[in-house]
Amino acid sequence: MGQVVESMTTADPISAVFAALADPTRRAILARLARGEATVNELAEPFPISMQAVSKHLNVLERAGLIARTREAQWRRCRIEPAPLRDIAGWVEQYRRLWEERYDTLGGYLDNLQKEQP
Amino acid sequence: MSHTTSITTPSPTELVVSRTFDAPKALVFAAHTQAEHLRHWWGRGNPLDVTIDFRVGGAWRFVETSDGQQHAFRGEFREISAPDSFTWTFEYEPMAGHILVEKFLFTEEDGRTTVTATSTFDSQEDRDGMLQSGMESGANESYAALDAYLTKIG
Repeated sequence: MGQVVESMTTADPISAVFAALADPTRRAILARLARGEATVNELAEPFPISMQAVSKHLNVLERAGLIARTREAQWRRCRIEPAPLRDIAGWVEQYRRLWEERYDTLGGYLDNLQKEQP
Repeated sequence: MSHTTSITTPSPTELVVSRTFDAPKALVFAAHTQAEHLRHWWGRGNPLDVTIDFRVGGAWRFVETSDGQQHAFRGEFREISAPDSFTWTFEYEPMAGHILVEKFLFTEEDGRTTVTATSTFDSQEDRDGMLQSGMESGANESYAALDAYLTKIG
């Protein structure tokens, strides 16, 4: 496992994913793509920013491996690539579940304590 | 107000867990910092051996036994402001050296107490180490987790 950690750290794909997700516009773009493929024009529509700015966001998402684009320059369509996000979402979900179990147990324990000491 | 445990990732090296309890702040704080309380909940029903020296610079070590396996966690207290907050370092012993700094903040309103725990990875390498330790099973999570995550961050 140490080797795996090291190789991941060297390439640091997780940092790219976290950095890509840190921006609300990029999260909105991903949420849109989670519903299906879209052209750059369609993606740009809901945002009060230039096409150039949208293109920059798409580049960041693409570098993080979160989206893929078709080759035809004129009508490039974007689609979501779920694997990297799923890895992180899976881990975050696992961490949440761990704390949910802990805090559910604590909630029950506190309730009992307070019943014993009215 | 619900009793759900929420989690957010406000930055690439931070995780925030939050939960509200029907109990006064002093009691919820004690439950997080005293051995006789911690062994009843931190192990989620698993036997938990607790050693704790609750003072700044003092060490703590928990050993959780699940499915016959022992899992040891340790760290030390960096800041204590009872009963409002404390900060400790956190290490999972098999991943020693990957240090997480966790700040627990306690706020009371109408007899209910909200705990907000902010976990900060010292570095992106530490974060990646922690991620990797949970990712083998995490990678098998369904698309439902992706949807839920997008909803949360969206």
